[in-house]
Amino acid sequence: MANLAYVQHNAMPAQPAPPGTKGALHWVKENLFSSPLNTIMTLIGIYLVATTVPALAKFYFIDAVWTGSDRDACLKDKVGREIGACWAFVGDRYQYFIYGSYPIVERWRVNIVFALFAIGVVWMLWQRLPFKSVGAMLFFAVLPVTAWMLLYGGSLSWTWYMLAGAALAVWAVYGDYSALKKGDTGIFSRPETLLRYGVILAMLLGGLMIGTAGLPRVDTGLWGGILVTLLIAAVGIVFSLPLGIALALGRRSKLPIIKMFSVIFIEFVRGVPLITVLFMANTMLPLFVPQEWSPDRLLRPLIGVALFAAAYMAEVVRGGLQAIPKGQYEGAMSLGLGYGSMMRLIVLPQALRIVIPGIVNTFIGLFKDTTLVTVVGIFDFMRAVEASMIDPTWATPTTRATGYAFAAIFYFICCWGMSRYSISVEGKLAAGQKR
Amino acid sequence: MSTAERAPEPGKASLLYDPKIRGYFYQFLVVGIVLFLFYEAYSNVVENLQRQKIASGLGFWGNTAGFDINQTLIPYSATSTYGQAFWVGLLNTVLVASIGIVLATLLGFLVGVARLSKNWIISKIAMVYVEVIRNLPLLLQLFFWYNAVLKPLPGPRDSLNLGAGVLLNNRGLFVPQPVFGDGAGLIGIALLFAIFGSLFFYMWSKKQQETTGKQYPNGLITLAALILLPTLAYFLSGKPVTFNFPQLSGFNVRGGVTVFPEFFALLLGLTTYTAGFIAEVVRAGIMAVSKGQTEAAGALGLRHGSTLRLVVIPQAMRVIIPPLTSNYLNLTKNSSLAVVIGYPDLVQVFTGTVLNQTGQALEVIAITMAVYLTFSLLTSAFMNYYNSRMALVER
Repeated sequence: MANLAYVQHNAMPAQPAPPGTKGALHWVKENLFSSPLNTIMTLIGIYLVATTVPALAKFYFIDAVWTGSDRDACLKDKVGREIGACWAFVGDRYQYFIYGSYPIVERWRVNIVFALFAIGVVWMLWQRLPFKSVGAMLFFAVLPVTAWMLLYGGSLSWTWYMLAGAALAVWAVYGDYSALKKGDTGIFSRPETLLRYGVILAMLLGGLMIGTAGLPRVDTGLWGGILVTLLIAAVGIVFSLPLGIALALGRRSKLPIIKMFSVIFIEFVRGVPLITVLFMANTMLPLFVPQEWSPDRLLRPLIGVALFAAAYMAEVVRGGLQAIPKGQYEGAMSLGLGYGSMMRLIVLPQALRIVIPGIVNTFIGLFKDTTLVTVVGIFDFMRAVEASMIDPTWATPTTRATGYAFAAIFYFICCWGMSRYSISVEGKLAAGQKR
Repeated sequence: MSTAERAPEPGKASLLYDPKIRGYFYQFLVVGIVLFLFYEAYSNVVENLQRQKIASGLGFWGNTAGFDINQTLIPYSATSTYGQAFWVGLLNTVLVASIGIVLATLLGFLVGVARLSKNWIISKIAMVYVEVIRNLPLLLQLFFWYNAVLKPLPGPRDSLNLGAGVLLNNRGLFVPQPVFGDGAGLIGIALLFAIFGSLFFYMWSKKQQETTGKQYPNGLITLAALILLPTLAYFLSGKPVTFNFPQLSGFNVRGGVTVFPEFFALLLGLTTYTAGFIAEVVRAGIMAVSKGQTEAAGALGLRHGSTLRLVVIPQAMRVIIPPLTSNYLNLTKNSSLAVVIGYPDLVQVFTGTVLNQTGQALEVIAITMAVYLTFSLLTSAFMNYYNSRMALVER
């Protein structure tokens, strides 16, 4: 009887998995050759990869020409070997791709705008960075006037720039003063406030420095390349977002006439191709205004793109507004908030947070659509690449394939990066809903 | 204390704070601003047009166009009117959009299903396709197809022979043209007969299945009818169909049907681009059908094919169709990019050439926009109808 009870004191060693359910071989069998149909598809897939990838790699890397100063470097007869992509062409023309015909001695101005733009974008999009309100001020108020003043030059744009800076300073001081009056005494020791004044001060001082030196005017006809592509995209987002929010609120408004105007505008713009909007901006806008106000050739498509993007943005924002539960509205009203305060403080912050992925996706579409301005004669990045290919200095049989590949890499990195960002934000927003 | 102290009647609030009055005020303000803008625009337009000596009105519609269009579906020559040029452009837009929609749907469904495939290599290829296509501007893709693929093709003398008499060179794709002789009508009749016959058979067999449970091989019978009957008619009527093969003569290819490179490039670009978006729509639709549905179908003893056909796809379609139609609409609108590669669609012919020749920007652009708006309104009308039919009926 004594030995009947048996107690295991040590853990049993794990047994090996049954044969054929683990390891690389099993994975291959399960994922590639599980059935005759699957095997055929695998073979087709392998064939597709085997025919395209090595050929592309050979063309774009192994046989590619990396250095050279004109077309001779990329001609088979001159070099005496098989020639792939002519990257020397891109290396030679990349300044043109970035700046277009912007005067070489003035390109530092473009670089400053690029740097400010990069700071603004990172500040707005990197969620861990603090002081978002200062970032928003930089991106939505400081950047547009600065960019205009620097890129265009001339004394008139400088005057407007200084006026904008002064207005910004007055706005900041007034806001803090009224906060102080309400008893918020700590306002001037907060880093956010100091940073805000720092930005405004830098803006005004920089303006004074430039004002004494004087910037020569650079006509918009000389602008081109990535500069114009980014400009159109940036103007599109800066103007379409507020306009889109206004339209979305208008569409959900209880006032019938405002609602009707919003619906007509949104549905009209969404129903026509961007090209017709650009044509309209290009040919009809000058007719709508007095002759002496006739807009600049670059300004016309900018207006067209901004209005076009606003209609799409409005629908994205409307989706966010509809997702806010009614209790939020009722709660805000029961606290005695008016329409403006309710939207600004309660509804929009929540609605916009939900639709960040949608906004980014609309922006990706907008970024891809900036290429269409070439139809109305604007020299964007795509057009700069296209124009360089025709240039006889670099006319070789492989120039086109190289130029398109370079353009494709640029657009892919931008768009794919943005879509990754939107997916990551989506993941973070959904974290609260996950169990 | 019998009389409770009554709260004083709330005084009538100032009209300034009455939301109704405020609403009227805002709306009047908006109407005023819009009217003012329209009035300003109108008076400026009149003044500008007078100064530039541009006519207004639709008088140009009947004037001689004076330019040629290479691809026309209706008779057109340089002596035709602007109105006829409009119809040529519109029909070309409809042509490329409708063929593009069919091809993009096929390719999109294929890629969408491939991306969900358990086969690792197939799903990865589909993923790369979708990511690359969706993240590049359509304009770049059109330039690529037209300038980098179709333009560098060999000239007519060294045409690529794709088999079955199809030639491809830098002047386009040349396809044999069927020529219908006497008695070819019989083949058409046989085809119609086959279509209606198999439709009736399908309805009959469905009824049979519902009443008796007996199943018939519908697909096989339909296929057989569609192939056998016209073939039979072809031989009975004495082989009336001959083909006009494209032939090299001199420096060009003659005979056959010519698919111009502009059309071909636009079709390729639109199809591959939209297919990338449709693939994602299809994938989302299939993934939206919960796994329990598939498992329940399996528990009922349905086989894999039947599960897909009877359980998964009908539910997925409910999710797929609305974004699918908006993609069709996008394809139609994107076909206006034809202007950059010179395919004579509505925008290229009408908003391009006609606008340049007449200078009547207002009328031309308004008509073009009206056409696209009509397309989109028709589509959204269909969508509303479809949604009301397909919406889940809930208690």
